[in-house]
Amino acid sequence: MTATTPSSPPSPSSARASKRPDSQLGRLILRGVSRAYGAHTALHPLDLEITGGEFIALLGPSGCGKTTALNCLAGLLPLTAGEIELDGRRVDTLPPEKRGFGMVFQNYALFPHLTVRANVAFGLKMRGVAKSEIERRVAEVLSLVRLTEHAAKHPAQLSGGQQQRVAIARAIVTEPALVLMDEPLSNLDAALRLAMRGEIRRIHQDFGLTTVYVTHDQEEALSLADRLVVLHDGRVSQIGTPAELYEHPADPHVAAFMGYRNLLPLTVSSADGTTAVAEGDGLRVVGTPAGEPPAAGQQVLVAIRPEDLRVAAEGESAIGEAVAEIVEYHGRVLHVEAATDQGRRLHLKAHETVRPGDRLRVAVDAERALVFPGDAAAASTASAEEAEVAEVEAS
Amino acid sequence: MSAVITTAPTRPALRHRLAERGVDRTLLLVLPGALALLALFCYPFLYGLQLSFQPTAGGVFGAYRKFFSDPFSRKSIWATFSLAIPASLINVGASIPISYRMRRDFRGKRIMLAVLVVPITLGTVLTAEGILEFFGPAGWFNRTLHLLGLAASPMRLTMNYTGVLLSLIISGFPFAYLLTHSYLSGIHPSLEKAAATLGAGWWQRFRYVTLPLLLPGLLTTFSLTFVMAFAVFPSALMVGDPDGHTHVISIEAYEAALERFDYAQGCADAMIMTVLMLAVIGALAAARSRMYRGATGGKG
Repeated sequence: MTATTPSSPPSPSSARASKRPDSQLGRLILRGVSRAYGAHTALHPLDLEITGGEFIALLGPSGCGKTTALNCLAGLLPLTAGEIELDGRRVDTLPPEKRGFGMVFQNYALFPHLTVRANVAFGLKMRGVAKSEIERRVAEVLSLVRLTEHAAKHPAQLSGGQQQRVAIARAIVTEPALVLMDEPLSNLDAALRLAMRGEIRRIHQDFGLTTVYVTHDQEEALSLADRLVVLHDGRVSQIGTPAELYEHPADPHVAAFMGYRNLLPLTVSSADGTTAVAEGDGLRVVGTPAGEPPAAGQQVLVAIRPEDLRVAAEGESAIGEAVAEIVEYHGRVLHVEAATDQGRRLHLKAHETVRPGDRLRVAVDAERALVFPGDAAAASTASAEEAEVAEVEAS
Repeated sequence: MSAVITTAPTRPALRHRLAERGVDRTLLLVLPGALALLALFCYPFLYGLQLSFQPTAGGVFGAYRKFFSDPFSRKSIWATFSLAIPASLINVGASIPISYRMRRDFRGKRIMLAVLVVPITLGTVLTAEGILEFFGPAGWFNRTLHLLGLAASPMRLTMNYTGVLLSLIISGFPFAYLLTHSYLSGIHPSLEKAAATLGAGWWQRFRYVTLPLLLPGLLTTFSLTFVMAFAVFPSALMVGDPDGHTHVISIEAYEAALERFDYAQGCADAMIMTVLMLAVIGALAAARSRMYRGATGGKG
């Protein structure tokens, strides 16, 4: 996948897809969309172009402005500046009911007094669609989300996953130009979240939808989206395909989000065009500069994924030594949290037996250690975010 | 040989069996309230009930027959309903748009809230006095109308039906507003947002989402303001026309018991008032039980 080619053909597995247009939307353009609450700017000017059929994820920690951006798109929040254009027509001045976008809320926001069928039919009823047509389309969508046998129930009688599917069905039955999803999986347990993730992608393809999906879960975003928009403090950190973000994060914040759990504030001792050597806290890392090559003496942040950091083989040059403190069993690998003599914490995956208290020599390949210009302050904010995300995921 | 004697499975101790049915020592907390209710409500009520069957003339149901055979006392039923129903409808009706707007923050919200709720602290007598001063023939209201040249002669707003209705609205509205406001704030705002993204305009959002969820609460609010208005007494005397249009049942009962000293008649009148009130509340409760009464939060 690339940034410019959206997933054009819907899934061939679905017979339904062939009957539907690829997407109701040609091109949605956000120009300098921003939102401020008094003196606080929740969303700095955001520029984004979305092509029909694309699945876009807005990713970031809580308070990064992703939900603000979604609400601005939906029309639930007025813009402070900027404009939104849908196929050449300006839509940011329209109220939400005139935009024709579908939205799935974090708490589902199902109408508790209406049955599943009436919930799904609501949008069609508001648009004055004929009764027989409403019945046909509701039945079709309910079968798509596999809820036909629950059509007469009320939302309170459904499980979390079923409620979630009703919310999706309700948002897509009107065949909206754009579907907005606000952390739709955050209220589900881990197993169901995984199952629903697949379901959402399937529905997106079967219906030829264009989707903007807000999440704080990078795994969810990477697996679902064609393109990701990573936000930090209301600003865009990076826009790119999952592979681009995963392999080439633009800054330590994105790196922290993409699973670079080791963010080491070090000082460059020497650098050439392709590699840089950074030292400090008893560590000496040969890494690859991300962006501009740093100069000797410059403060940098070295980002390494736990799975790229390993116990050094005999004779292999190590970045340093650390004592294993916490060893977690994760099936085939062990997750080890170790500390250097200077107190720097390292996270690594070990394939061999490691016990707490073992002294380890740790190694990483130069191309797997990304060297970002930065200082300790950036490291602490980035890793704090990462810790927060980990916490949210664990809960 | 084993010395153990096998016995049939023993029943759990009485204390445990009671506890399973929710009977334990904390139940004693109910006692003071229950005793007060018995002494201050049940006993006087039953005493009054039996008294109402002992009129000086006309047999057991003599007092009741007398009430319904006298057109003047019979009309007090109409007088009471014609005050209580419009007053409750106006109170509940006015509280909906105001609470709807008060859900959101705006500058001066607290002052507005205080102004809306302050009449609760005023007694009925004070309210009635105020109405006489303000709306009376020489009151500020009429003087203002006169100054503006809107009325040649003073409008009669006191000592009649309008005066009592005004008093019922002034004293009953704060209750209606507070209740409606709390019911309305229990409805998750995301439901209306969801309706908006589904193409519903403000009226459709209110008609199809908010109102159905609010209606059970509105019926409860209506019941309470109705009960308050139905028992109207001081204002019916002070700002009304107690011998004519505002001759409500409570005045009829008061006159029988404390002016004519016919206790049996006074009790019978009070019992008739109770039955009528219960009938209305029962009908409202029955209507409410047919509505959706589940959660009104965002998550189904």
